[in-house]
Amino acid sequence: MAPLLCALLVAAGLWLLLSRSWLSIVFGLALLGHAANLFILAMGGLTVGRAPIIPSGASVLNSPTADPIPQALILTAIVIGFGMQALLLVLFSLAARGQGGDTDELAD
Amino acid sequence: MNWPTNAALAPWALIVCLATAVALIPFRRSLVISRGLSLVGSLALLAVSLLVLGRVLPGDVLRMQAGSWIAPFGISFAIDTLGALMLVVTAVVGLCGNIAAQATLDPSIEKRSFHVFYHFLLMGCVGAFSTGDLFNLYVWFEVLLIASFVLSALSKESPALIGTVKYVSLSLVSSFFFLIGLGILYNAAGSLQMADLSAVLATQGRLMPIAAISLFMAFAIKAGSFPLFQWLPATYPRLPSAIVAVFAGLLTKVGMYALIRVFSAPLLQVFPHFHGIVLVLAMGTMLVGVLLAVIQNDIKKILSAHIISQIGYMLLGFAIHTTTGVAAAVFYLFHHIIVKANLFLIAAWIEALYGHCELKKLHALRARHHFLAISFAISALSLIGIPPLSGFSAKFFTLSAALEAGHPLAFFVALAVGALTLFSMAKIWSEAFWTPTDAAHSPVGQLRGRARWIVLPVILLNAWTLWLGLNFQVVWKISVQAADQILGGLS
Repeated sequence: MAPLLCALLVAAGLWLLLSRSWLSIVFGLALLGHAANLFILAMGGLTVGRAPIIPSGASVLNSPTADPIPQALILTAIVIGFGMQALLLVLFSLAARGQGGDTDELAD
Repeated sequence: MNWPTNAALAPWALIVCLATAVALIPFRRSLVISRGLSLVGSLALLAVSLLVLGRVLPGDVLRMQAGSWIAPFGISFAIDTLGALMLVVTAVVGLCGNIAAQATLDPSIEKRSFHVFYHFLLMGCVGAFSTGDLFNLYVWFEVLLIASFVLSALSKESPALIGTVKYVSLSLVSSFFFLIGLGILYNAAGSLQMADLSAVLATQGRLMPIAAISLFMAFAIKAGSFPLFQWLPATYPRLPSAIVAVFAGLLTKVGMYALIRVFSAPLLQVFPHFHGIVLVLAMGTMLVGVLLAVIQNDIKKILSAHIISQIGYMLLGFAIHTTTGVAAAVFYLFHHIIVKANLFLIAAWIEALYGHCELKKLHALRARHHFLAISFAISALSLIGIPPLSGFSAKFFTLSAALEAGHPLAFFVALAVGALTLFSMAKIWSEAFWTPTDAAHSPVGQLRGRARWIVLPVILLNAWTLWLGLNFQVVWKISVQAADQILGGLS
């Protein structure tokens, strides 16, 4: 499922990115970001329902568990992406002010 | 002299930038205090990075694991010779750009938290140069991108905003590719430590070409390499010159640094035609950049286009991928950041005099402003590569590495691009500087008030390019050491 979902997100993101309305571009970039996050999670290997917690009494993990590092990575990437999108919205709306919502009018 | 220890010193440059930026926040409305604090922060960064360079020169690598987490889990710092060199250049350009910004920037821009974001920008660069982990590299890239977005939108003028929109969109696409590449690398190596990657990647196959292409795309967009450079000429000429000087010096070079750093020997072996492709891209970057420069009629536009053509030379050294090639690329970075920043500072100087940089409306600058003419001549000749300035040694090393490795075509392209660079610099010189005085109707411009300080960073950076040209062996030795370390992996 994850690869298909990832491909769908990239496709939708690219499609929105290529449109002429600046709001669609913002959403397209956001979707691309989500696709990348999902991709990292999937590439890290999905193990469902097994938290990487060492049981009491043991000193190491002995059964396969979810890898915490990709989760930590995408948590960081999600936070950065969220900040980026907020900035993007402000920037695009400032740039588009008085120029309509069409990116063609942003050209020079 | 053993205090602080090597491990403790590694994050200091970063801490200095962060502390300065945070300390500036409460004083952002007060021009006097924020200017003073900002200068102190820049000077402290310079002192720390010189200290770091001193520690690294014997061949050591400064390593630090934040919170003493074992290598792949915590945040790790690793500064080797290349990182330390870049830190020093960042600090120098940061200081000069700071003085220039205080001298020429509109105070209303400075009051919109300019100095806060300026130091966050430096923090992003410093972080990228001192991290030992690929994901951290991504985080620092985002830090410097956000800071640069804000800085380029600060003037709130429509052309600058439109340029910023293009820059932001392409940068985010490049971040997307970066993350995809990271995902694949993590899948193959189980870690994103640069030191681990080189060992693991040599044995892995299949997905590696995709990872290599994704990462190359990500860094090439940031570096402004052909064919992904369009954001650069759309953005840079519209921003205030003092800000562009720092952008032009540092931002694209961070991308170049990442290319050199990440694509060390082992990753390349899994993708046999990589060298050839990069070589072609390097020639394309040089040619397209310089042709773009030749057709422009504005000093800032010409200089922006030359950023692209010069990136081509660094790509060339990187593509040759012998020790001499990579060392040449490192040397070129060291030379180019300074000279390019200086040319934009001179543009800021001209802007402070006449309020614009259009060649058609500038006359007789040589007769009117002797010192400006000398400063421009030194920087421009260094960019072209005339001895004894640093551009000559940088080009000499790159070209001889190309010949040594058997790439005569790249050699001739680089020579031709050098000639075209001469042409476009001569265009600026003959139209703006060398026209007779009686052709000029506009009144003579004068530097007033604090704008006079713009002369100081220009002198500093010109002295640097002269020094580097005359003492190229010193820096060349350091560059070779850096190249050896990189090609041997960060181990």
